[in-house]
Amino acid sequence: MSLLINIDASLSCWLLYTAVSWAWGIRLTLIKMNERKTINLEQGRDFMQKGITKLKNILEGLPEPQFSSEEYMMLYTTIYNMCTQKPPHDYSQQLYDKYRESFQEYITSTVLPSLREKHDEFMLRELVKRWSNHKVMVRWLSRFFYYLDRYFITHRSLPPLNEVGLACFRDLVYTEVNGKVRDAVISLIDQEREGEQIDRALLKNVLDIFVEIGMGQMECYENDFELSMLKDTAAYYSRKASNWILEVSCPDYMLKKVQNELLSVYATQLLEKEHSGCYALLRDDKVVDLSRMYRLFSKIPQGLEPISSMFKQHVTAEGTTLVKQADDAASNKKAEKRDVAGLQEQALKEAFEIFCNKGVAGSSSAELLATFCDNILKKGGSEKLSDEAIEDTLEKVVKLLAYISDKDLFAEFYRKKLARRLLFDESANDEHERSILTKLKQQCGGQFTSKMEGMVTDLALAKENQSHFEEYLSNNSNVSPGIDLTVTVLTTGFWPSYKSFDLNLPAEMVKCVEVFREFYQTKTKHRKLTWIYSLGTCNINGKFEPKTVELIVTTYQASTLLLFNLSDRLSYQEIMSQLNLSDDDVIRLLHSLSCARYKILIKEPNTKTISPTDTFEFNSKFTDKMRRIKIPLPPVDEKKKVIEDVDKDRRYAIDASIVRIMKSRKVLGYQQLVMECVEQLGRMFRPDVKAIKKRIEDLITRDYLERDKDNPNVFRYLA
Amino acid sequence: MPRVSKRKSNPVKSSEPAAKKITKEVERIDSFFASYANTSLGMIDPEGVEKLCSDLSVEHTDVRVLMLAWKMNATKQGYFTQDEWRTGLKSLHADTLKKLKKQLPELQKEVAMKENFEDFYRFSFRYCLTEDKQKNLDIETACLLLNLVLGPDYNLQVDSFIDYLKFQKEYKVINLDQWTNFYRFCQEIEFPDLKNYDDCLAWPIILDNFVDWLREKSTSA
Repeated sequence: MSLLINIDASLSCWLLYTAVSWAWGIRLTLIKMNERKTINLEQGRDFMQKGITKLKNILEGLPEPQFSSEEYMMLYTTIYNMCTQKPPHDYSQQLYDKYRESFQEYITSTVLPSLREKHDEFMLRELVKRWSNHKVMVRWLSRFFYYLDRYFITHRSLPPLNEVGLACFRDLVYTEVNGKVRDAVISLIDQEREGEQIDRALLKNVLDIFVEIGMGQMECYENDFELSMLKDTAAYYSRKASNWILEVSCPDYMLKKVQNELLSVYATQLLEKEHSGCYALLRDDKVVDLSRMYRLFSKIPQGLEPISSMFKQHVTAEGTTLVKQADDAASNKKAEKRDVAGLQEQALKEAFEIFCNKGVAGSSSAELLATFCDNILKKGGSEKLSDEAIEDTLEKVVKLLAYISDKDLFAEFYRKKLARRLLFDESANDEHERSILTKLKQQCGGQFTSKMEGMVTDLALAKENQSHFEEYLSNNSNVSPGIDLTVTVLTTGFWPSYKSFDLNLPAEMVKCVEVFREFYQTKTKHRKLTWIYSLGTCNINGKFEPKTVELIVTTYQASTLLLFNLSDRLSYQEIMSQLNLSDDDVIRLLHSLSCARYKILIKEPNTKTISPTDTFEFNSKFTDKMRRIKIPLPPVDEKKKVIEDVDKDRRYAIDASIVRIMKSRKVLGYQQLVMECVEQLGRMFRPDVKAIKKRIEDLITRDYLERDKDNPNVFRYLA
Repeated sequence: MPRVSKRKSNPVKSSEPAAKKITKEVERIDSFFASYANTSLGMIDPEGVEKLCSDLSVEHTDVRVLMLAWKMNATKQGYFTQDEWRTGLKSLHADTLKKLKKQLPELQKEVAMKENFEDFYRFSFRYCLTEDKQKNLDIETACLLLNLVLGPDYNLQVDSFIDYLKFQKEYKVINLDQWTNFYRFCQEIEFPDLKNYDDCLAWPIILDNFVDWLREKSTSA
């Protein structure tokens, strides 16, 4: 066991070094392409076999030196050459078969015999060791044969190398031994129930195999292990239960005890396992496909459903309700005093539930993750959670982000929601806001968070600016706006772009704008102020007959209401023309004031929706028990715009990346160029190959690139 | 080499007679030019070109006119400058109308030669860019031009591609890169089975889409 760990650790360090030299290796290979000789199948296979044998020796613990970077490169290059030679010497199919055969041969000759000769706990240990070895072997061979994964398998719609390798173990080893393994595990568990000490780590490792061998589906775990385990557990506890009932008098208390026993043991085992199982996947294999991970996690809620409902019943007495709807999950959570560990699990579980429920495609995950953050960070979100719990959740969120391909989309959604939180004072805790930005910065680099950090600092500066404004006003009593005015000046580059509409402001507000403009001129002449009325808020006094109520509304809503200072009744058309807004905006506004919770305006006819033929009247009889109420205006759905903006940014990013690569390489083949582009941009998003092709073509027409005269699949940089 | 002049062949004693021969040739070419040129412009204009065509008994939309333009390395469609005229006719060894007419089949053969055709093909695209700084050809003109230059040799592909160009809505113009690669497509790709077309290579997207469209048509048919 310890020997293996050593190999793995040095493997990862070493591979880091190789990755760099590997890239060089490829370049050298490309340039040498014209000069190379054809490798025939026999030669190639023999050469690869040498490498495979060396790998096996290392795995078996025989004295064998590690792979040098040259050896590694040669193996990779051999495969590459054999796949890119012109027919009939393109041996992709044969190499693909050879790859599979390597595993089959090793398993049948070495692995299976070693398992067959051991039993019980010893067999379990051997299995864990062999599985670990196998994964290492898959990883290594996949890297040698990597070029097949690039094109051959997608071309022929074949399973990728990783899957083939793992499937070999599944088909040859797992199918043969899983019965014996299951029995051995169950007997271990029974031993523990009887009070003996068992090797829990071994148990966990074996159960992990059941999960991993499913390769994304939990079928193996569920069908092969879980079913038997549950049956055995039920049988065990029913035996136990009958014993306990004899020993103590009160039957109800007993049943509860059994239920608790079952609950706590089963739940902790599974939770723990799933929990660490998740982390194992997150930690170990960076090559795990995103969809595969999601499929795996989608099993968690289902797997935990029976437990949750038992849990719910058990805990209802303490007054906690768990809402499991995806949308409500994060916002309506009312956490009570509970064990922090359980909470973390819950938060994580609900996050994954959101993903699963909404379907699992790149862009929606990015948006949902941003929404989840927003719910945690805004007021009324998770205030009852401890700071530690929140920190932990944010930590997990940032880790998750590593697995989302559309990071730039997440950034944009996050930025939009951050803007709302900051501008409408909806942020729950400044510390948490800064904390997640620090985490994001650590994970994704400074560029990712620079705008967001700018936004947070902007607010601090804006406050300063406001105090200067107030000073100015007190020194110049002749230029009073007549109303208490607070202006937040933002730096355009940091904040999301907002469309500014030509709202017709009420006269009172026009004066305010004038006064501030004059003040701002005294501060600086080089900046242009663009007013975004859609983001403003107003506190206005509604002088209703019963009593005066202070209304907290948006500037748009205030402008609408102030129209009624001049006329008691107005039609939709009149309102629209006076405000100079679009139909969409007007409908939203009027709805919030006449059809929602607080009916400040009376609508005729009294239907639930706004139509252009409606008329509105000031509701002088309005009242509420509170003296100050907030009338919300639901925000417009920004999703489309965000996606549009991100798409545009991506086009520029791809352009820049292509030019950067070509500038340094001068001459490069199409497929290489695409590969490097994907790699370069991978930090932020996964570019579509078609999109890259399109940008290349565009750059050709703009005379940045040209095709090579002799090889139209090769491009040259034009200075 | 056919004799250019009607004079008796004298042994070349010095460069003088040869130079004289050449000057005579240039003279004839120039007067040939003059007979069609627009005197105020100093070059042959569209009217002159039309007259030349009718004298040569070819339609002015005939591909041979295009080939002539190529031979002259003409830059502006519908016009021939004196330099261009001289260049073209000198290399054709045609200093009279009759000789020019005779040379036309030779010219066709020359263009059809492998090393020349691609150059001619690209030339024809650029020749049709009439506006200053224009880089792309509108679809309609491109279709006409394709028919003209590639139609005879690759009529299946050309007909198919023209259908596609008229059907698709994504591109309103064709650029030189797309134009050039279509010829390569005709040469390299088996048609109509398209077996050896690989969209993982650097074919322009318009051709990827064309192939997808063809494949879809053949499966649904």
